[in-house]
Amino acid sequence: MIEVKNLCKSFGEKAVLDNISAKFLKGQTNLIIGQSGSGKTVLLKSIVGLLDITSGEIWYDTLRFDQLNFKEKKAVRRQIGMLFQGSALFDFATVEQNVMFPLEMFSEMNEAECRERANFCLKRVNILNSNDLFPSEISGGMQKRVAIARAIALNPKYLFCDEPNSGLDPRTSILIDNLIQEITEEYQMTTIINTHDMNSVMEIGSNIIFIYEGQKWWEGNKDEIIHADNKELNDFVFASQMARTLKKYVTK
Amino acid sequence: MIRRALDLIGQYFILMRKVFVKPDKMKIFLKQVWSEMEKLGLTSIAIVAIISFFMGAVITLQTALNFTNPLLPKYYIGLVARDSILLEFSSTMVALILAGKVGSNIASEIGSMRITEQIDAMEIMGVNSANYLILPKVIASVLFNPFLTILSMFIGIFGGGFIVAVTQVIRPADFIQGIQIFFIPFYVTYGIVKMVVFSFIITTIPAFYGYYARGGSLDVGRSSTNSIVASSIFILLFNLILTQLMLI
Repeated sequence: MIEVKNLCKSFGEKAVLDNISAKFLKGQTNLIIGQSGSGKTVLLKSIVGLLDITSGEIWYDTLRFDQLNFKEKKAVRRQIGMLFQGSALFDFATVEQNVMFPLEMFSEMNEAECRERANFCLKRVNILNSNDLFPSEISGGMQKRVAIARAIALNPKYLFCDEPNSGLDPRTSILIDNLIQEITEEYQMTTIINTHDMNSVMEIGSNIIFIYEGQKWWEGNKDEIIHADNKELNDFVFASQMARTLKKYVTK
Repeated sequence: MIRRALDLIGQYFILMRKVFVKPDKMKIFLKQVWSEMEKLGLTSIAIVAIISFFMGAVITLQTALNFTNPLLPKYYIGLVARDSILLEFSSTMVALILAGKVGSNIASEIGSMRITEQIDAMEIMGVNSANYLILPKVIASVLFNPFLTILSMFIGIFGGGFIVAVTQVIRPADFIQGIQIFFIPFYVTYGIVKMVVFSFIITTIPAFYGYYARGGSLDVGRSSTNSIVASSIFILLFNLILTQLMLI
């Protein structure tokens, strides 16, 4: 489990996150949703330690992450997998080498064992016969899946996904969402997904946090979100005419 | 402006502190050094050879044209050309050329990795990205570039000899005598020491600019250009310092 308590983050005078407290549960897909510029990426980057927080606490199970030194953080980070918005696959490496990278860096496996594990992970995300291709030679959806394979290669306890569906068509998005959910349940990871894709929210949102203007505005799950009467949340989730009609239909 | 310069210098040394630590896996590090030697060093051989040949020829021709005093022996043309190549051209000029070629490569490669979050991905995994990406380049260049300097020395002098043979601006025998007479082996050492220092500059400064690149592809291009300008200035500055320290 990951927990943040009274987390604040400012850039100079500008407060981006204001007193956020939340629990992200193990074995569940925890979603952070909010408009562009609401502070959700800053929250995610603060939790993984890419940004230093201004005040507050970040707990990874029983470890207070924000107080660890560089070396201790490095040890925790080896239990973290992260899927970036643009996949962030290494240009200099092939698909297989990308997945082998964390294994070669941090495991005691020999090359053959690393390769075997990498292939297992690639197979798990349905990437077959593309081992020798470079990231620029595969589609956006495949890149995301390779990035997921790389993220789970070391069997992480924590998985972070920053807008995993950006730039993908709705069908591929659902595939990626379901894959993340399956993997989360299978490996009992604590998964935090940062998204503003409503399909994801309705598909896999077992624990949802809505961030509005840097504050936690609402918390619930995908069933509760439909019936929520929070104005800002409804304006965001049911922004389109179609979504509003659907909400009316469902709540009736 | 002074504050900005001090900020940059401070940031540079903070980055260097991250770079110069023991690599996570020595086997991977050595593999990378080898691959960087190929990428940064071997691929520079052709350009260094071509430029050295022509510059050696031009230095010899210009020296010959300026030797109008009949009292000076003709073999001095070979001597002056040789010493110009050994002392200045094969280290400083080659370093400036490499600053353009290798420097832009390093700055744009690392800068692109920064803006596409590849460096963040490494950091999240617990990899010291500065050490992983920059140290192999520094070590490879510092080890390999002195060979480029030695190669440039030979090819430059050969270029001078070639133009003498073709144009007969002086007798080839005079040129050969000139390149052998009053030879001071320390000049070669001096050239190599300079190249070691310059190699450090032309890898770490572009790496620094690339590592802290922000924004989009335009910003990466700007970082690359700035890195070449800064590297060139520091090469010239250290040329002066090393000459004062080693020759005077």
